[in-house]
Amino acid sequence: MTNTAPTPGAPALELRTISKAFGAVVALANASLTLQRGSIHALVGENGAGKSTIVKIIAGLYQRDTGDFDLDGESVNFTSTAQSKAAGIAVIYQEPTLFPDLSVTENIFMGRQPTLSLGRIDRKTMRQQALGLFARLGVRIDPDRPTQGLSIADQQIIEIAKAISLDATVLVMDEPTAALSGVEVDRLFAVARSLRDEGRALLFISHRFDEVFDLCDTVTVMRDGEYIDTSAIADTTVEQIVRRMVGRDVTTLFPKEDATIGAEVLRVDGLTEAGVFHDVSFGVRSGEIVALAGLVGAGRSEIARAVFGVDPYSSGTVTIGGARVPKRNPAAAMRLGLALVPEDRRKQGLVLESSVARNTTMAIRRSLTRFGLLFSPAENRAAREWASRLEVKASTLDTEVGTLSGGNQQKVVLAKWLATNPKVLIVDEPTRGIDVGTKAEVHRLLSRLAGQGMAILMISSELPEVLGMADRVLVVREGRITAEIDRADATAESVMFAATHEEVVA
Amino acid sequence: MTDLISGGTATPRVYKDYARPLWQRVLLTREGAVYAALILVIVVATLSVRNFGSPITMTYLLLDVTPILLIALPMTLVIITGEIDLSVASVVGLSSVVLGTLHQGGLPIEAAALVAIVVGALAGAFNGFLITVVGLPSLAVTIGTLALYRGLAVGLLGTTAVTDFTEFWTDLAKSKIGSTGVPTVMILFVLLLIVFAIVLHFTPFGRGIFAIGLSAEAAKFSGVHVERTKFILFVLTGTISALAGIYYTLRFGSARGDNATGLELSVIAAVLLGGVSIFGGRGALHGVIAGVLLIGVLGSALRLANVTSDVINIITGVLLVASVVSTSVLNWVRAKRTRPGEPRKTR
Amino acid sequence: MSVATAETTGSRVTAALGSFVKARETGILLALAIIVVVTTAKNPNFLFSNDGFRDLLLTPSILLLVAVGQAIVIITRNVDLSVGSVLGLTAYLTGRLFIDIPGIPIIAVFVAGLVFGGLLGLINGALVAFAKVPALVITLGTLYAYRGINVLWTGSDRINASDMPKPFLALGTQSILFIPVLTIIAVVVLIAAGWYMRNLRGGRELYAIGSDPDAANLYGLNVTRRVLVAFVVSGALAGLAGVLYAARYGTVNSQAGSGFELEAVGAAVIGGVAIFGGSGTVWGAAIGAYLLFTINRALPILGVQDFWQRAVVGVLIIGAIVLDRLLALRQSRKLVEARDTE
Repeated sequence: MTNTAPTPGAPALELRTISKAFGAVVALANASLTLQRGSIHALVGENGAGKSTIVKIIAGLYQRDTGDFDLDGESVNFTSTAQSKAAGIAVIYQEPTLFPDLSVTENIFMGRQPTLSLGRIDRKTMRQQALGLFARLGVRIDPDRPTQGLSIADQQIIEIAKAISLDATVLVMDEPTAALSGVEVDRLFAVARSLRDEGRALLFISHRFDEVFDLCDTVTVMRDGEYIDTSAIADTTVEQIVRRMVGRDVTTLFPKEDATIGAEVLRVDGLTEAGVFHDVSFGVRSGEIVALAGLVGAGRSEIARAVFGVDPYSSGTVTIGGARVPKRNPAAAMRLGLALVPEDRRKQGLVLESSVARNTTMAIRRSLTRFGLLFSPAENRAAREWASRLEVKASTLDTEVGTLSGGNQQKVVLAKWLATNPKVLIVDEPTRGIDVGTKAEVHRLLSRLAGQGMAILMISSELPEVLGMADRVLVVREGRITAEIDRADATAESVMFAATHEEVVA
Repeated sequence: MTDLISGGTATPRVYKDYARPLWQRVLLTREGAVYAALILVIVVATLSVRNFGSPITMTYLLLDVTPILLIALPMTLVIITGEIDLSVASVVGLSSVVLGTLHQGGLPIEAAALVAIVVGALAGAFNGFLITVVGLPSLAVTIGTLALYRGLAVGLLGTTAVTDFTEFWTDLAKSKIGSTGVPTVMILFVLLLIVFAIVLHFTPFGRGIFAIGLSAEAAKFSGVHVERTKFILFVLTGTISALAGIYYTLRFGSARGDNATGLELSVIAAVLLGGVSIFGGRGALHGVIAGVLLIGVLGSALRLANVTSDVINIITGVLLVASVVSTSVLNWVRAKRTRPGEPRKTR
Repeated sequence: MSVATAETTGSRVTAALGSFVKARETGILLALAIIVVVTTAKNPNFLFSNDGFRDLLLTPSILLLVAVGQAIVIITRNVDLSVGSVLGLTAYLTGRLFIDIPGIPIIAVFVAGLVFGGLLGLINGALVAFAKVPALVITLGTLYAYRGINVLWTGSDRINASDMPKPFLALGTQSILFIPVLTIIAVVVLIAAGWYMRNLRGGRELYAIGSDPDAANLYGLNVTRRVLVAFVVSGALAGLAGVLYAARYGTVNSQAGSGFELEAVGAAVIGGVAIFGGSGTVWGAAIGAYLLFTINRALPILGVQDFWQRAVVGVLIIGAIVLDRLLALRQSRKLVEARDTE
């Protein structure tokens, strides 16, 4: 797919030397961004670089402190999201926010429904318009059904339909592909390209460089709230972008050391839950890192959650060191030496409004008691030790973890689980949404833990991570394990093939 | 100790334990505000209202407020987990009726009281079952059981009352410790208070309760038995409500189907006044006690000053609203100052 | 998932018919009908005596008004526990107006009731919408405060039937074409509310706000204004109900309306309004109000002592929400299955 050159003329949207501070914290110091009509522009940067703050300023959720914000050459100042919408800006977030009880059509037109006399909503026209939008996008969704239960991919399409019905000239897509499967990503990109060809300006924010290089025409790099560089995709490489993002050379990202592989610690046999996963069997040995690879939605997280006990399963067994792990009982699994670093760090891994100390000691609190009682000094001592060992950057132990950066939050989650001294560690997307520097630290950590004899099951959707870290790759497709590939034979092609095709006879 | 990232011996990072000094952490809190209000009210009342400072006043104040104090204990835990129990007053009435009917039927009062407590526990278990097993919202369920349990109470006894309780027991309910003005029943309350306070603030179970209130999902992923915990709390609420019902019956010497109607509102008002967040995840028992006492003292003082009880209700209502609004305003101010990491959870 | 863009009107009609039959409102209407039939079979006076029929239609109309207002508030994911106190206050206000301003036109009293109730609702709404404090707590507080003001104002007085003009009291008992006047008033309000909630942007936005308040904010919907309006309406309808109460009963003391808030919530929940907002209709709440009242009246005839009626109400409420939950589980399972089979 060729990337067209940006069209000349006044930029659709331009931010110049924007600064924004929240109290003492400076989110943006010298940020700039230019979006041209008829182009797709990428915005990349580590966590904390200021990308989401820029999006919120564009959306009208925040107001800039200083700097210029021009739309089509004219200066604007939005004090509400309604204003930015009216000006033709649409933002599609990673998790679409629709009204689950209302129909697809009502979701698209809420607040702007076509009316007849007396202000009566014209349902027929509204429905026709919705169908028209879907036809234009080349998708088929039932306009009358409630949005509850729709896949995230469908929900995003509805958000885009909303944007088109608003005749948005600027479309911002904030990490839209994080929860999409390959087919859905292709559909999204096709839609994005057709919107670009209509002359709209698109902003694509993502951590996935392969997608950035596939879809976008130009890319802006930000670091620490400042504008670093803009270049055409055709003129740059991933290494150059990463270097600009991080500000230093990043050599090897995935250093997996060799470790002696011992006996099997975790054994899963015939795990089945109707409609989710079927007859899943595998083992993880001490010192080993086994990766569960596959497309988003293949059922890997579900398998992990079932093994750990958060989700149910209808048949099969899970044993650790020969001892049976009971179903649906995470506390029992923990006692047997199992730990799960979940996929959704903010909702599942951490209690955001609680302190670093409480979060870090949450899984070991029973062991910190004396005569059954738990006192803060004991908690703080344990928290200090583990936060230090993982180099968590926080100023005090009673800082709310919700205020830490993504990378540090992940470290707190890891600290919490490592404090339980597990025999088996399951990590689900260990480096998703964290900056490159912390990513390398996490990989070093996992490698070191394996070296010390821990059995690690790693779920990852990033092929380079899988290929770099895993001793064995288990590929999951639609709830079944379709391939087991040794490190020596694992290539991007072999893994992807197994992830998208029927069971391959090894 | 080894640094897990670099593998070497790391010099431990310096973390301060707390961001603010102790006095700030103690005084500049919601609980501190309630204490300040309580002290203020007591001082003003003692100085300006005749007879307020006398021991008799305190006795009657405490006797009146005991059911609220008792039920506020488990209610605090329930609200901290993010749920609510509106059926407590109906359980008080139901247990009162059970006590009366059984006793009237010949059962010795100790046995009847035991049965009443079991009934309370069952009532709480039913609530807990609907909420944790069937998965229904606690507001709706307890509105239903509020009607159901009250209906059972009234249905069992009709409009009559059972009043033939032996003097021994009715006197015990009203008795005082020696020559102090403190009612004997306070011993029971203080014991329960200590147990609840220790459980909530100094045990892993209690930490789990706070975690559930802030993020039930994260708690589940960390091995907290969310459903089991909530179930236990609802059973506790039912049991303590029954206990309060026995006290209430003996104190007034009358078991009636409509005993303690409306009590749930006083309990919830006191708990919220005491600094427990209606959103869950925050609060402390000592603040709740101060909240109950604040309402009690105000009521008592105003009654002695010959102000009618409706004014007391007005003041309770306004206090409740003001306390919650002020918390909201404080949160808003705090949010404006800190760095918003990602959008705060709204409920 | 896919729907052909050209659909036959026939299939749309059958779809509409199907959803009508499955609708909660139809279900409780049916339940209401069954109860009436069964009870009348046992005692024909239940329905067929003059008083019986009129009473069945008349008395619940007061609860209907309050339930409709409550439904609107619950749909936005809030709750209004102060409506009972508002009703009591306006009922007393009604009496006082007639006593203190002799010759005041009846219509002015109706308007005063509406406005006064609306103002009380405005206080609730302002605190909820601007201070972002949960409605449960605010309306708990105003429940206390308003009732206290009521008692204070009433003192040891009471409004008696003799204090109010005959034409006003006649409204409380008269019928037009066998339908009591008060019922007609309530039904007119119901139709207006139902129409607003279904057909006007404002009404749809109320559903959106209850369905996902965060999304509503992101959409740029004026959540503050809508929530404010919902509470004003709830208060106004409770106020109107207070006026009707005075007309119906003639006697008003300081406890008038006590407990109405829970009955209103119960009626709404039974009528299919989800306690977390976003779904349900005022029609359902209205039928729920009638169902509650009719069951109360029917129980003694069916051999159940009326002491048990509260227990029956409790069972109904619990039954309604259990049913809702089971249906929701079934529906989400079906939706996920449909998605997976694509």
